[in-house]
Amino acid sequence: MLWKIALFILICFISIAGIAFPIVENPSAWYEFPLITGLGENAKIIFFHVPTAWITVLAFFMSTIYGIKYLRKKDLDDDAKAYTAAQLGMIFCILATVTGAVWSKFAWGSFWSWDPRQTSIFALMLIYGALFVLRSAIEQDEKRAVLSSVYSIIAFVTVPFFIFIMPRIMKGLHPGSADDNTAGPVVNFKMDSNMYLIFVLSLIGFTILYFWMWRVGYRLQILKDKLEKQFS
Amino acid sequence: MQPFYHIFKKDLSSELRTRYAVNSLVMFILITISVILFSIGTETISDYLAGGLFWVVVFFSAMSGLSRTFVSEEERGTAMTLKLIASPASVFGGKLFFNIVLVFSMNVFVLVLYSILFDAFVLKNLVLFLTAFLLGNIGIAAASTIIAAIISKAGSKGTLYPVLSFPILLPLILILIELTKLSMDGVGLDEAFVEIAVLFCYDVIMFSVSFLLFDFIWKD
Repeated sequence: MLWKIALFILICFISIAGIAFPIVENPSAWYEFPLITGLGENAKIIFFHVPTAWITVLAFFMSTIYGIKYLRKKDLDDDAKAYTAAQLGMIFCILATVTGAVWSKFAWGSFWSWDPRQTSIFALMLIYGALFVLRSAIEQDEKRAVLSSVYSIIAFVTVPFFIFIMPRIMKGLHPGSADDNTAGPVVNFKMDSNMYLIFVLSLIGFTILYFWMWRVGYRLQILKDKLEKQFS
Repeated sequence: MQPFYHIFKKDLSSELRTRYAVNSLVMFILITISVILFSIGTETISDYLAGGLFWVVVFFSAMSGLSRTFVSEEERGTAMTLKLIASPASVFGGKLFFNIVLVFSMNVFVLVLYSILFDAFVLKNLVLFLTAFLLGNIGIAAASTIIAAIISKAGSKGTLYPVLSFPILLPLILILIELTKLSMDGVGLDEAFVEIAVLFCYDVIMFSVSFLLFDFIWKD
């Protein structure tokens, strides 16, 4: 119970600090963030957008891991865990895409411009979507678990290709891209220590929140499956 | 004789008897290309657009024809017999080989038609394009064979096939479009080495993943 209150305070602090702390050219007080050329006030999205994108990838990875675990042990609880991770991943994927698109309207001038990272998150969204379509097409529990596990593994091995091929096709606009010389790499040296601290705290806070949601979600899923078996 | 070769021969002779896949593929390719030609009308299109549209035709014709291999076994109820007489690896090998042959004949047909009908489709570096074409076809066949196996077990729902295949084939198609552009610019083989290497890696990874995972799909 105590950790839940701590998490609540942490997320509240991150939200207030991330939005309200001012960005100044020469930060002196502990609550002031440095000005990053080319980003300005837009830089504050890093506290909310990057954690959602990180959780999208983490959830996809966990979904694949539990898919492999299911194929090894044939335990339907693992399938419930994989499914819940995929559901949460889809939610965070939409959040990351929407926050990114809104930010890019102000930073780049258009909501969507097929930047390598935008393309990658779009591909990830397609994979999640295909996974849910596949799951809804199959009635039988074991078959659904096997096929969705297999599909998530196949999808997982294709994702790294985007990292290699996309920067060669498109010039990166995203802060932190290899050929970005105005604003990036933001994470490494443009942020000062207190901005970095809040960024890391935000990553930790969101990750704990995700695991909490995931645990509630899969326990609910397992109970639902049990109830369905009892009354059918 | 390898057992996978027998599976391939069985598929080939049953295909030659009905010629369903080949006929529908040829018609599908003709329809897709004519739709593109009608929508272009008298406009002149750029080289890059012609190169991109080539892979659109290839992708959609692959989606219309390649799911047959496994779906037809489930429809005819012969999947169980196949399970008894052959190991999963040889079944998959035979089906994959059949799909590779089908994709190759289909895409050579598309390529010939396309070069005749589109003036903008000029390839300056033919060696680079043919290397990409060869590796790309193998990749398309490998990815679509394993997805075909998945949907045949999912009650062979027709619309499911392109939905599941597209995210898997997306990196491959992006690389192929890029390589087509490069070969249109006349870029040398050594300059496009990274793209060719990525394409080769995709093929190898798809092959190994499909062979590893096919057992789980095939055994109920």
